[in-house]
Amino acid sequence: MKALQGFAWLLVLQSAGEALSRLLGLPFPGPVVGMVLLLGALRFPLVRASVATVAEFLLGHLSLLFVPVGVGVMTHLGLLGHYGLRMATVIVLSTWVGLGVTALVLRALMHGEGLDAGSAAVDRDTA
Amino acid sequence: MTDFVQLWVYLSSTPLFGLTATLVVYVLAQAFYARTGQAPWANPVLWSVATLAAGLTATGTAYPTYFSGAQFIHFLLGPAVVALAWPLWQRRIALRARWGRFLLASLIGGTAAAGSAAGLAWALGLPVEIVLSLAPKSVTAPVAMGVAEKIGGIPALAAIFAVITGMVGALSGKYLFDALGIETGATGWMARGFALGTAAHGIGAARALQVNADAGAWAALALGLQVVLASLLIPLVARLF
Repeated sequence: MKALQGFAWLLVLQSAGEALSRLLGLPFPGPVVGMVLLLGALRFPLVRASVATVAEFLLGHLSLLFVPVGVGVMTHLGLLGHYGLRMATVIVLSTWVGLGVTALVLRALMHGEGLDAGSAAVDRDTA
Repeated sequence: MTDFVQLWVYLSSTPLFGLTATLVVYVLAQAFYARTGQAPWANPVLWSVATLAAGLTATGTAYPTYFSGAQFIHFLLGPAVVALAWPLWQRRIALRARWGRFLLASLIGGTAAAGSAAGLAWALGLPVEIVLSLAPKSVTAPVAMGVAEKIGGIPALAAIFAVITGMVGALSGKYLFDALGIETGATGWMARGFALGTAAHGIGAARALQVNADAGAWAALALGLQVVLASLLIPLVARLF
């Protein structure tokens, strides 16, 4: 029941996000607005208790959710055949640039934080 | 034999087929991934996509037929993006103390990923719709589709680029971080996880989560930040050109 309530909250906030995004002409997609709304709603224990279960289930299986879109690659084989090598070069190199730059910048910014002395990433009150 | 063919024709045209095939193939791919000790090359998304695409091609099943069932899984991407607020909330104290630095790293990393993708695609002479579909590839597929649509790219292509980007990140991240000398202490895991969430969205985050719980949490944070920054800034920057 908790999981169902949590799922209902996610759908309600996503719908509210879609509505706000369209009505106000926001640059964010509906689910992103929904995420921001949920961040505010999580201060209420009622929402928190029910959303926790379903959020952990959904995020734990996040990679499954990309499979249907991924299979769509078969519909663009013509395009991929024609520009495939160049597109693959762009994707691989830019992903490495993104990963490397982010990791090095964040490590430099967090230098001297004393994180390695052992502080929990999850706040104790909600862990 | 004819009965079997008729049965196949019937089953393969109902939504039940796409949904069942996706789940069964993914569960098997996940089991295989676990057996290899979560080797990067055994990535379950990569093998599920390859197996399903090969299976559909071999049986002559059209993608829309498959998607009529698989859409029930695809639909969950929206609620999953909303659910990203949960890992952010869990780390709100750690976040509040380092808010500016996370935002800065997300901004610099996201700009490096999107900028190098669009710049390189343009330099290699790819058509403009492809360049614009490549720009949002670091954000999670549903958001990449929305952004691509806004700036004049092809949403379906943007989604595929995003999925491939996620797989590249999940497959090669470990080796890249090792080569760059990123440690595996608390700061190192934070940097690795945050980078995977920034440049390789949900698929990178899923990989980070499997390797180290903290890395997974920072990946979820990075993915959430990247979604907000990219959907705000990419359309703004695209307008300048």
